[in-house]
Amino acid sequence: MDYHQKQQSPSQTLPPDHLLPVLVIRSPSMPPFFFFKSHLQAHFHLLDPLDASEPAHSFISRHAPSVLALLCVGNTPVSSETLSLLPSLKLVVASSAGMDHIDLQECRRRGISVTTAGHIFSEDVADFAVGLLIDVLRRLSAGDKYVRSALWVAKGPYPLGLKLGGKRVGIVGLGRIGSEVAKRLLAFGCNIAYYSRKEKPYVQYPYYATVTDLSTNSDALILCCSLTKETHHIINRNVMEALGKEGVIINIGRGALIDEKELVNFLVQGRIGGAGLDVYENEPSVPQQLFAMDNVVLAPHAAVYTPESLEALQELVVGNLKAFFSNEPLLSPARLE
Amino acid sequence: MQGDDQDLRTQDLPQVLVIKPPPLLTLFEDKFMSSKFQLLKAWESTLPLDQFLTTYAGSVRAVLCSGASPITLDIIRLLPSLQLVVTASAGTNHIDLNECRRLGIAVANTAGVFSDDGADAAVGLLIDVLRKISAADRFVRHGLWPSKGDYPLGSKLGGKRVGIVGLGDIGLAVAKRLEAFGCTILYNSRKQKPYVPYPFYTNVHELAADSDALIICCALTAETRHMINREVMLALGKQGIIINIARGAIIDEKEMVECLVKGEIGGAGLDVFENEPNVPKELCELDNVVLSPHRVVFTAEGFIAACELVVGNLEAFFSDKPLLSLVIDE
Repeated sequence: MDYHQKQQSPSQTLPPDHLLPVLVIRSPSMPPFFFFKSHLQAHFHLLDPLDASEPAHSFISRHAPSVLALLCVGNTPVSSETLSLLPSLKLVVASSAGMDHIDLQECRRRGISVTTAGHIFSEDVADFAVGLLIDVLRRLSAGDKYVRSALWVAKGPYPLGLKLGGKRVGIVGLGRIGSEVAKRLLAFGCNIAYYSRKEKPYVQYPYYATVTDLSTNSDALILCCSLTKETHHIINRNVMEALGKEGVIINIGRGALIDEKELVNFLVQGRIGGAGLDVYENEPSVPQQLFAMDNVVLAPHAAVYTPESLEALQELVVGNLKAFFSNEPLLSPARLE
Repeated sequence: MQGDDQDLRTQDLPQVLVIKPPPLLTLFEDKFMSSKFQLLKAWESTLPLDQFLTTYAGSVRAVLCSGASPITLDIIRLLPSLQLVVTASAGTNHIDLNECRRLGIAVANTAGVFSDDGADAAVGLLIDVLRKISAADRFVRHGLWPSKGDYPLGSKLGGKRVGIVGLGDIGLAVAKRLEAFGCTILYNSRKQKPYVPYPFYTNVHELAADSDALIICCALTAETRHMINREVMLALGKQGIIINIARGAIIDEKEMVECLVKGEIGGAGLDVFENEPNVPKELCELDNVVLSPHRVVFTAEGFIAACELVVGNLEAFFSDKPLLSLVIDE
């Protein structure tokens, strides 16, 4: 980040009670996400409704006139109601890979800038997606459980898994994450094809105009797109039928990309081959029927987080806030279409 | 009559001795039917082995084996006509290679067939250990996510320095994959490989000192037995990860267990063990370890390709053609 080298911005030279205020929006269940709080406090005056004794609504209203910037921690919702309490707001700093919890339309309407987590998480998410795919195909976690339960001794050899090389992998959403996934799977000898809202020029992978078409021609689907009105339940019964009995679905996007009830039915009935899931429609709730299945791998929304990516996120968040208060270009502005 | 002709034809076919059936044969027996040879199944006889061999295997020129049925000096001595040992495995540590060399007995294995699948497995194990995938899966299945909150963070794969022990077919395939993840590849092998862009280390200890993870891809030999010992593991360090898809005995397993329990190394992904199917109990209680029952390197497709290679070698031999996968000691 460049900001260390630029001239000292006002927030760095002022004593603590003159630090510029930043409203923090977070839910109580997110302590691990706030690991960079102390770093932020060195640069900004953090206004945290959860630390106040009064109700959040009145805390926010009382401070509203001086709040130009808001930090959204993790997936805490930033709704139009919250935004309506902040007439002076000019910047929302997001700190998660997904943006579906922020009312971006309202931000655009009000001329509020939004910054994203950029591509910080992309590699780690892509690594995790590939790890899930290998795990499902080769029953790695199920085999591990087999050994730990002393079944290798008692029952003998564990069934063979499936080959990864030569598999046709359909990427749903060829953004940064999807591209990183594709790049990795090429090294394993997979054949990549994709679906996206629009075909991407200069991309060498075959394009399919619908997810169903992609699915018909794939052995595995990896969901890498963001959650929007259009992509809600984009993986539905038709898509899963098209994917077929041997097909595998890996979801590192958002739970609601898949019709979860249908997915569970398909898995229970053996109508698809398996699934690797990091996200669910109603976290942290995971459909119990999946717990007994050997062809399913379940992760607790962990794909993004490594200490390295959180460190980079911390720098990016502080960098965006400093740029904003110094009237300099934001480091990772969102394109609000 | 037709029946007699068929019997004659069968009797004419040269025999391939099988002392105990390789897993491949048990799984895919139909793939071993050939017009060029027939199997002499020693395990089906009630006679003790040496008696069986003396009685029936005097003119046998080829033997089919695997880790389950070692071809020792004693067995070779009972097979005066032996000219070929085909093993249904990449490993050859269960064959007395010295004696074979001395007597001019050729050895063929299934090297190359499992390279891609083995490499996929090694990378899968590494991602699992680093990103705690199996441990997280257990966490979710035990219903701990709602009550305990988020699962502890893993560690980033990109940028890690990965030391490959043994840069053969499998090692090279692992390197190619990990490069796509942004890892830095280092290696140790018996000899430096020309035309390979990765830094070479003359010994495993130095490789470990410079690596964040070691991936064991070499053969088990007298030199490599317990090569990964306590010193190597301490050099690898408290954050270091070991992945073993080769042979359990390459690692001093007792020392490894102690290092893991005491936190002297960071974690391990193991598909092989010194005394399969027995796995040290302590490992089964650790969250920073992923255990596979000597399975994750194999696929049905790989097994079928191995069958074809084994049969191909035998048929080539009996047709006086060059072997497909002759083992050449370097």
